[in-house]
Amino acid sequence: MKRVKQLIATPLGSVSAAVITLYVLMAIFAPLIAPYGPEATSLGQRLQPPSAQHWFGTDSLGRDILSRTIYGARVSLLIGVVTVAITATFGTVLGALGGYYRGAFDAVVGRFTELLLAFPYLIFAIGMMAFLGPGFANLVMALSLKGWVEFYRLARGQTLDQAEREYVEASRALGQRHSRTLFREVIPNILPATVVLGTLRVGYFMVLEASLSFLGVGIPPNIPAWGSMISDGRGVLFIAWWVSTIPGIALLILVLAINLLGERLQEIYDPRSKSRQRFRRVNRSKAATVTSTTEEAA
Amino acid sequence: MRLTKLLERVLSAIPVAIGVAVLAFMFLRFLPGDPVEIMLGETQVTQQQIDSLRNQLNLDKPLITQLALFLAGVLRGDLGVSFVKNAPVVKLIADTLPATIELTMATVLVAILIALPVGIISALRAGSIVDRSVLSGALVGVSMPAFWFGLLLILLFAVELKLFPTSGRIAATMVVDRTTGFMLIDTLLAKDLRAFGVALKHLVLPAITLGVVFAAVLARVIRASMLEVLSKDFVTTARAKGLREWSVIIKHALRNALIPALTVTGLQFGELLGGNMIVETIFAWPGLGRLVVSSIFARDYVVVQAAVMLYALTYVAANLVVDALYTLLNPRISL
Repeated sequence: MKRVKQLIATPLGSVSAAVITLYVLMAIFAPLIAPYGPEATSLGQRLQPPSAQHWFGTDSLGRDILSRTIYGARVSLLIGVVTVAITATFGTVLGALGGYYRGAFDAVVGRFTELLLAFPYLIFAIGMMAFLGPGFANLVMALSLKGWVEFYRLARGQTLDQAEREYVEASRALGQRHSRTLFREVIPNILPATVVLGTLRVGYFMVLEASLSFLGVGIPPNIPAWGSMISDGRGVLFIAWWVSTIPGIALLILVLAINLLGERLQEIYDPRSKSRQRFRRVNRSKAATVTSTTEEAA
Repeated sequence: MRLTKLLERVLSAIPVAIGVAVLAFMFLRFLPGDPVEIMLGETQVTQQQIDSLRNQLNLDKPLITQLALFLAGVLRGDLGVSFVKNAPVVKLIADTLPATIELTMATVLVAILIALPVGIISALRAGSIVDRSVLSGALVGVSMPAFWFGLLLILLFAVELKLFPTSGRIAATMVVDRTTGFMLIDTLLAKDLRAFGVALKHLVLPAITLGVVFAAVLARVIRASMLEVLSKDFVTTARAKGLREWSVIIKHALRNALIPALTVTGLQFGELLGGNMIVETIFAWPGLGRLVVSSIFARDYVVVQAAVMLYALTYVAANLVVDALYTLLNPRISL
């Protein structure tokens, strides 16, 4: 509760939390909110510009863009959250084990992550999806196979640092087993950093999903997703600007809110990141005073 | 001394490069399904055709032999033959690579031209309205899907204002002799200034699309590291010596602040290559990215495998170059 209060203490924090909540509600209650069915085609209503009837216009099959955009939130949120849940859990546990026990296994995994990092994410995912075929589970798998690396590296680094602390020594001196010390003492201490990274990655995976769906290798075409909606509008860009523009704005606002929330979380969990800046500013003005005095002297 | 260190660093990249090649090879083989069946898709084929393709791709041999043949081929500069385009993969890549390099260089140029001044000014005026707007703008840039931004640019500058073309590298009616494969250089070599202008115009929108997104990342890093450096003692000393402010900022602060920016550029290089694929697809830019995307849809397994490896090797090489540049920027770091 205290954390939540801190989170919404700043205007940006509360606005981004509100926006995200709104999107989540929109996704859950999509059938109740959407004025039309997401797949309801109406060939008489093709490529209608935004109007009172269709707030965001219609696409080339006469489907209501507003309704499809509302439904599209489901895909983006699900992909983002599920992929982060999988990659964060796997990466953090592996990284904490590696950082705590080190040894040969850790060295092998470390080398392997270096190799994985060399493969550009989008190419990796497109290549996999092309051979797996579009689909929700395949998409989560393609994103997760490389996505755990960042969590692994973060957790490993943090654990290496924590393992030197006194509380770990104390826990061991009290006769705790290594596994208990790691999971009960060390991992809770590295979680804040993981939460920050996890939040930022939700937005990142959403953009990746949209990119893949845009190319036609993400979500199957019968499910409304923002990426494939933007792609639908490409062919009619010259006559109907709204088809591509609207779902892109929906995605941008959500990802922006998530990134803002991530930055706010970082400020809460790592207060130094903010005070450090303030300190710098003071220092700078001091330096400026020095300069002006010397200039006067000269 | 420094040269041997550099050599060591280069040598240490070799196992990584081999690992990357092996992983690129394994990548598609661990996926479910028979690659030959996936490649041939639903077309009617005889068992004989399947067998001959399998033989041609060495898929009938044990995995370890396949890997050895693949690596030996890479060393000889033979990446196999595309059965869809019926051409050696090396030739396909050589034909498309200059277009991608040209676009990438233009992208990086756009990104630096935006991020450098913006990041410096933002750091110098930390906390001001200017700084806040830069930070917000950068966050929007980071959150924005590049392909959507590209479509918006097309909408604004090509559809509405009719300022720039939306696809390809040069007007379809123009014929430019291919000498280097770099359109800007080839048009100059042909002494065709009009074609040079047209080629430049074609480059603008794709380069801005990716350049702006990349600039958002870069500007944040430059701002943060400038802030860090500006509070250091040597900057205070430089100011105390009575040096002019711009000289303090450019010669003393910026030079040190660029080091983190360089690291980020290296790490972001993969994102840049990936983004290139999408941008090339949107703007019908005949580069490597478009080749990969079309090969993926044509299920041209051999090309995908080679391109994935090439992209990863480029990433490794880019980070090697970044490491080498470290020394140039900061003599205190020896390789």
